[in-house]
Amino acid sequence: MIRALTTRRAETVPLLLLAPALITMLFVVALPLVFSLWTSLTPYQLTKPQTLYTFVGLRNYIRILSDPAFWIPFGRTVLFLTIALNLEFAIGLGIALLINKITWGQRSLRTIMMFPMMFSPILVGFQFKFIFNDNIGILNNALQSLGLSDQAIPWLVDAKLAMFSLLFAEIWMSTSVFAILLLAGLFAMPRDPLEAAKVDGCNAFQVFRHITLPFLMPFAYIAMTIRSLDVARAYDIVKVMTGGGPAGRTELLWTLIARTGYDNSKMGLANAMAFVSTLLSILFTYYFYRKLITARRFMGGVQ
Amino acid sequence: MSALVESRASKRAKAVALWLATFLLMAVICLPGLWVVLSAFRLNREILAKPPVWVPEVLTLLNFGKIFGWGEQQIGIPVGAYFTNSLIIALTSTFIALAIGMAGGYAFARYRFRGKAALFLGLMLFRAVPGIALSLPLFMMWSKLGLINTKAGLIIVYVSLNVPFTIWLIDGFFRQIPLALSEAAQVDGCTRWQAFWKIEFPLARSGIASAGVFAFLTSWNEFALASQLTRSTASKTLPVGLLDFTAQFTIDWAGMCALAVIIIIPALILTFIVQKHLIAGLTFGGVKG
Repeated sequence: MIRALTTRRAETVPLLLLAPALITMLFVVALPLVFSLWTSLTPYQLTKPQTLYTFVGLRNYIRILSDPAFWIPFGRTVLFLTIALNLEFAIGLGIALLINKITWGQRSLRTIMMFPMMFSPILVGFQFKFIFNDNIGILNNALQSLGLSDQAIPWLVDAKLAMFSLLFAEIWMSTSVFAILLLAGLFAMPRDPLEAAKVDGCNAFQVFRHITLPFLMPFAYIAMTIRSLDVARAYDIVKVMTGGGPAGRTELLWTLIARTGYDNSKMGLANAMAFVSTLLSILFTYYFYRKLITARRFMGGVQ
Repeated sequence: MSALVESRASKRAKAVALWLATFLLMAVICLPGLWVVLSAFRLNREILAKPPVWVPEVLTLLNFGKIFGWGEQQIGIPVGAYFTNSLIIALTSTFIALAIGMAGGYAFARYRFRGKAALFLGLMLFRAVPGIALSLPLFMMWSKLGLINTKAGLIIVYVSLNVPFTIWLIDGFFRQIPLALSEAAQVDGCTRWQAFWKIEFPLARSGIASAGVFAFLTSWNEFALASQLTRSTASKTLPVGLLDFTAQFTIDWAGMCALAVIIIIPALILTFIVQKHLIAGLTFGGVKG
């Protein structure tokens, strides 16, 4: 009885400390999400306020889930993220291994590595819009001046090239998250298992595959978790660089939501899409977070 | 003997390859930004010139004067007001998020309570809601509450955007401080409150500062929510202002580059200051039981 009382008292302090955080999150995230869910069940249009109170059930969801105009951007978004995250991991790993090898100026290199991470996504988008511009961009100017191409390449106008340019910008911005965290992992790595493996006759690849990589995985999952928290920042890049064009060929889920909700003022439909995209993001984050916990447990408190 | 020479040669080749790879990497990271910075000091007609002008004739501050409305040539975009808005909104939301995050982070680092892991995960998942998805209901709610196109409206949103991550980082920093230190202070007659301010807070200060920098940059850089929740000079921030330039028929590339420089500079300086602590906070924080 006394024990139960003390634990209860002990629990009030942390809950009190957490109260401001919980209240903020409930008011600014949870409540809007509930409102968003309700709106997604109505045919609400900004131009017709009374439609907010018409309940239509799952009609909006049925409509988007049976519409290729939704599935194509949806599939494109998943593909975009799959390619971007995998390449970011691979390139980030390469960069971390590279910088780990360098002894001179390592600290400066690490600092420079962090800069793209701190760029506003809107700036990254603008920067590459400027560079990839078919008329005045430095890339086309350089290619033409060097005689590598005799005409302007439509980087942001051709659908495939535009997707490539967007991916390039996205990877440029976010690879450093992986590089920095994997490098931190390499620094934290104990030397003994490496030495032992070498004594036992493992070659460089085997050491990497069976010792270095498993040790780095928790760090990779931290990076993945952080990245999945803000994958939607790609919206900013697309918005500036192509605006979803040409003719919707680079439309991602997020630009589609903005177009449906704000430009076409179909809030009900847009909220249904937004709910699907929210679930997608939450699933992504949850998945990598679980992976992170398991990997940490597997490492058995090495760090 | 020849084997020795050979291995020395291959070692040198390896060193050169390493150096080349590093050089290439740094070029890809730095050149795009440097090109924007350089263009900010060039004349717009030179940027638009065909065939391209590679070596600038003059480097000028004209573009900066133009966007801030200082010189004779002016443009119709109130960058000065956007800058003030950005600064006020980012600073205020950072301080509030830090206060809330410190309380929350301390609770996670120092107390055991039921549902702790689930609560932490819940906070993270809230953070995962895409900005544009969250902007839809917020746009409708803020319109009803009269918070649309106000600095306060955006500050509230940014606080909640920053709280989960701030808690993650600060939790990590408090965990690195041995519990024994604060216990010793309490044995010596401090209350827990005093022990916190005298022992734990000073030790975690640099970490907390870096969490603050991170929160500041998140607010400073945010676009998706700001672009929908702000309308005019009353609350528009710099990232939203950047798009004002593209709404016109001719893009003022030089002006945009100048504005880009204004947005980048605080980010670069702040990153430079906190980089070390930030990495430590991310890797040691949060999920360790």
